[in-house]
Amino acid sequence: MESITVTFKLNGKTTAVAIEPLESLRTVLREHLHLHATKAGCGQGGCGSCTVLVNDEPVLSCLMLAALADGQEVTTLEGIGTPPHMHPLQTAFFDRFAAQCGYCSPGMIMAAKALLDKNPHPTRAEIAEALAGNLCRCTGYVAILDAIEDVVTQMQEA
Amino acid sequence: MGVKQLGIVGQSVKRRDGIGHVTGQTQYVDDVFYTGMLWLKMVRSPISRGIIHGIDASKAEAFPGVVAVVTAKDVPNNWYTILCLIGVEPNDEPVLAHEEVMYMGEPICAIVAETEAIAAEAAALVKLDIEELPPVLDMEFAISPDAPVIKKWGNNTFMYDGYNHRKLRFGDFEKAIQQADHVIEGDYSLSPIEHAPIETHCCVVKPEPDGRLTVHSNTQALYFTMDNTAIILQVPSQRLHMIGGTVGGGFGGKVDVITEPITCIAAMKTGRPVKWRWTREEEMRKSSTRAGVKMHYTDGVMNDGRIIARKVRSLEDAGAYHRHSPYGVQKHMANLPGPYTIPNVWVDAYCVYTNRQPSSAMRGFGVTEATFAVECQMERIARTIGMDSWEIRLINAYRNGQMRPVRKVVEDATLIETIQAAAELIGYELPAHLKAMSSDDYGGKGGHHG
Repeated sequence: MESITVTFKLNGKTTAVAIEPLESLRTVLREHLHLHATKAGCGQGGCGSCTVLVNDEPVLSCLMLAALADGQEVTTLEGIGTPPHMHPLQTAFFDRFAAQCGYCSPGMIMAAKALLDKNPHPTRAEIAEALAGNLCRCTGYVAILDAIEDVVTQMQEA
Repeated sequence: MGVKQLGIVGQSVKRRDGIGHVTGQTQYVDDVFYTGMLWLKMVRSPISRGIIHGIDASKAEAFPGVVAVVTAKDVPNNWYTILCLIGVEPNDEPVLAHEEVMYMGEPICAIVAETEAIAAEAAALVKLDIEELPPVLDMEFAISPDAPVIKKWGNNTFMYDGYNHRKLRFGDFEKAIQQADHVIEGDYSLSPIEHAPIETHCCVVKPEPDGRLTVHSNTQALYFTMDNTAIILQVPSQRLHMIGGTVGGGFGGKVDVITEPITCIAAMKTGRPVKWRWTREEEMRKSSTRAGVKMHYTDGVMNDGRIIARKVRSLEDAGAYHRHSPYGVQKHMANLPGPYTIPNVWVDAYCVYTNRQPSSAMRGFGVTEATFAVECQMERIARTIGMDSWEIRLINAYRNGQMRPVRKVVEDATLIETIQAAAELIGYELPAHLKAMSSDDYGGKGGHHG
């Protein structure tokens, strides 16, 4: 198959990349653009570890054709904060021990960011609902919910 | 010296790898890419049991983009040897099957290609000539005289000191059960459980100019993996530069040394870096699981709650091959009586082979299953004789100084104190005689069997 060029805004920077037409956004991010924060857990939309934001909406990047990102705005975990300037969600996940093996963390944090950007004062139930598509097998969900609630509280106090 | 003066104990410590995890900078094995890296896909058995008459990989070999095909004859020592050092013998599992297949999904040959998609496409072109045999899928059937014998040593169980099960005998069960006020039986079973780590198995191997192999592994046991890979490759272990320690979830599911040897062989054969990453389907359906277990309890209990006799028959499903199961059944046997002082115990624990996906290590394997059955049985006993759940456990809990059925004297017991603390935490007021119990009251006031 002929390769095609896709152009999108990636973490604030206009990016053009030559891809195979049927490649997923996750494959293009990880294997063409070498952004490895976005994880591959199932490749079938079941685990949420590949969650990124497309135009601020959480998207399973393993199920989205990269070609569809053309002209859109894509945000990955690398785009929201790096040490020492971490996003409040990253700091809270670190402080609350909300990452154990860490493999689900990028997807969890991106799904949480999508929620808080739209609804800065969610209830615990709303947070859980927003993370319903993200699976964790080690830490359990309590620490993750606690971390996100910490950020909600910080934003209320600020 | 008090705890506070130690400075470390009791202090909260930040995780060293935490910042990497939350910022996506931690490098997992699937994040490793090398220039010129090849991809590996495994051709697996489509059936549960059969005899291999032929493996024709010619079409796959000729497929554009395929660089190598790895079969059993490429494996210097074609045995998974993972527990030979602790006496789990004889070796029973080939790294790549060549004579027979024993479970659906058993690895047969590996396709190594320029891309993952080409490797997958070419793998589908391998023609397998396998004569299907009736599979053994049920444990009770496997140990019955009617079952086909699937293991080369002549029966379908692991052999423990010449017996087809691990025996534990303590006191005189047969005599004690006659004297019991109640005989209380219970059946308990668990299905196999998949660890389902979010990160699937993955291995990347790069051949180095000096002849060494750089091995990126998500094993939970790096040195164990190095030793076993060296034994399978028949190379000195210093030729393997193992890089690991970052695991995207393991839970016991990543200790079987299941990707590294093949990936190493593929890298040696092609002279290029190779990556083998499992699909979610492979992780769920081909990787080892916690064993399915069936346990039957027969307990002799007195009106005052004392358990004076316990007999357990347990079947653990190892699946097609040993992996860690014979060792798991050993632990299982020791834990089947539970943390209770019972003077007459009889345990028969079987490690049974079937044509199912092998079971292996998973979080307290052997022990967790026994605990589930023991505590269900304690509840059954309590309800049958009309005693409450706290009392039945506290009066039978083992005490320091007592002999356990495995002939080990109890030391540092904390069961009674833990139960008492649990009661306090949930605001339950234990009666005075239970509050007064202690792990040190054996031979004194509280120990029923003292």
